[in-house]
Amino acid sequence: MDVRSVREQFPILHQQVNGHDLVYLDSTATSQKPLPVLEAVDEYYRKHNSNVHRGVHTLGTRATDLYEGAREKVRAHINAKSTAEIIFTRGTTASLNLVAQSYARQNLKEGDEIVITPMEHHSNIIPWQQAAKFTGATLTYLPLQEDGTISLEDVKQTITTNTKIVAITHVSNVLGTINPIKEIAKIAHEHGAVIVVDGAQAAPHSQIDVQDLDCDFYAFSGHKMCAPTGIGVLYGKQELLENMEPIEFGGEMIDFVYSHDATWKDLPWKFEGGTPIIAGAIGLGAAIDFLNEIGMEQIEAYENKLISYALERLSEIEGLTIYGPKERAALITFNLDSIHPHDVSTVLDSQGIAIRAGHHCAQPLMKWLDVVATARASFYLYNTKEEVDRLVDGLIKTKEYFRHVI
Amino acid sequence: MSFSNLDTLYRQVIMDHYKHPRNRGVLDNSDLIVEMNNPSCGDRIMLHLHVADGEIKDVKFEGEGCSISMASASMMTQAVKGKKVSDALSISSYFSKMMIGEEVDVGNLDLADIQALQGVSKFPARIRCATLAWEALEKGVNHNDKS
Ligand SMILES: Cc1ncc(COP(=O)(O)O)c(C=O)c1O
Repeated sequence: MDVRSVREQFPILHQQVNGHDLVYLDSTATSQKPLPVLEAVDEYYRKHNSNVHRGVHTLGTRATDLYEGAREKVRAHINAKSTAEIIFTRGTTASLNLVAQSYARQNLKEGDEIVITPMEHHSNIIPWQQAAKFTGATLTYLPLQEDGTISLEDVKQTITTNTKIVAITHVSNVLGTINPIKEIAKIAHEHGAVIVVDGAQAAPHSQIDVQDLDCDFYAFSGHKMCAPTGIGVLYGKQELLENMEPIEFGGEMIDFVYSHDATWKDLPWKFEGGTPIIAGAIGLGAAIDFLNEIGMEQIEAYENKLISYALERLSEIEGLTIYGPKERAALITFNLDSIHPHDVSTVLDSQGIAIRAGHHCAQPLMKWLDVVATARASFYLYNTKEEVDRLVDGLIKTKEYFRHVI
Repeated sequence: MSFSNLDTLYRQVIMDHYKHPRNRGVLDNSDLIVEMNNPSCGDRIMLHLHVADGEIKDVKFEGEGCSISMASASMMTQAVKGKKVSDALSISSYFSKMMIGEEVDVGNLDLADIQALQGVSKFPARIRCATLAWEALEKGVNHNDKS
């Protein structure tokens, strides 16, 4: 993978921030967008904009073909059996809420258990808290190992025949932990539970095969994988989706409407009430093409090299604490001496370096780490070794700066 | 490399309040405890107030957060302690205006060290850090008004 030519595709990266070349290290929050995605969205609005699945005019047909074409790209990309299993949503949060409000409320009762982990993003905790309150089911947490990984032994201990849902992140947005989804899915299925996977941090960086993972639901966001904001995906096994009720009712999702009742369209449209996110879906299709042209394996290999280099370089900094396991996705969460992450972030920003500071929407995990907040640098296919060096220099300068003022 | 722009944010007085916070702790006779947090970043403050006869007799704070949020809390307690509630609210509104870069005349109210926080207005991402303690103060005294 030639990172120089990749970077040429991302116009936003070529600017100065606070008098320095921008170093964008916050792709875990949202990724930047390459030219083919910007152009696909622009072209759609310039040439084809129209509502989908309505009207019989030419633009309507083109818009529908583009929208449904994007669905097929998603299907092929994650190796789902059918486009009936690909529901467009607003993002990971909306996808997880769909499962919690539809599947969980329909299928859970008192005495049942939902198993989650302490490393979940709020969007994979709160929907289950609510589903548990609504149905009387209990929410159980898997324990974490000291290094922030999950042991399959613990999974076997925690999942019981009362467990109906296991909801777990594929990759932690704080620790970088990569969870063994395939193995956990197997254990869940042996106990008659379904597994819901938060793929927000995995889908952008690696090849996802939902059939190989044998997960029942898989949720991810377009904006973290080079696509626009406002588009996401829920994959679900067809036989499960068939039996689920929609949670949004209105236009687009109905078949026949009578005065006091209505019937739903087939999958996947019964879950897509209202005018869908047409331009967003087209942008996601373009992002998938862009990523595949480079190759997910090449991207993963490149990021692995970059993160090893970053870990090595950051470990040189005295007083820097790194959280999470050695084997990790392309992000590093850390604290620098007793300098608050906000202050670290402000000093880095003054040098043009964008990182994230705070609790990263994972308050229970911050508690587990016994910290109030952390700083996080995250990497994507367009980041370089030179940028890692800029980060290291920036952190050393941050230390020096606060040594003088504190 | 020069950090001169940062120096307008991290003034010495601010770092002094951060290192040696004034009025940190709890009040035994607090009639009001206000908890505020900034859910987007995890900064948190617990403000203890003792208000009587329209006056802030005593005030202390606990909490955790960045240098700006903790220094601002310390400066706020210093500025409003012993003041009439109405004067404390005037200072608070002065502070809000200062954060958006507006100049206001506060007559001869004693502002203690809070003017040192003026530089925060140049760092929009940090304004919320500085205003947290003041929001807690306003919430506290307004609540006290009603009860
Ligand atoms: C692990 C994880 N899950 C879920 C989400 C939520 O994604 P979105 O805000 O796009 O719905 C994020 C985003 O930060 C995430 O990192």
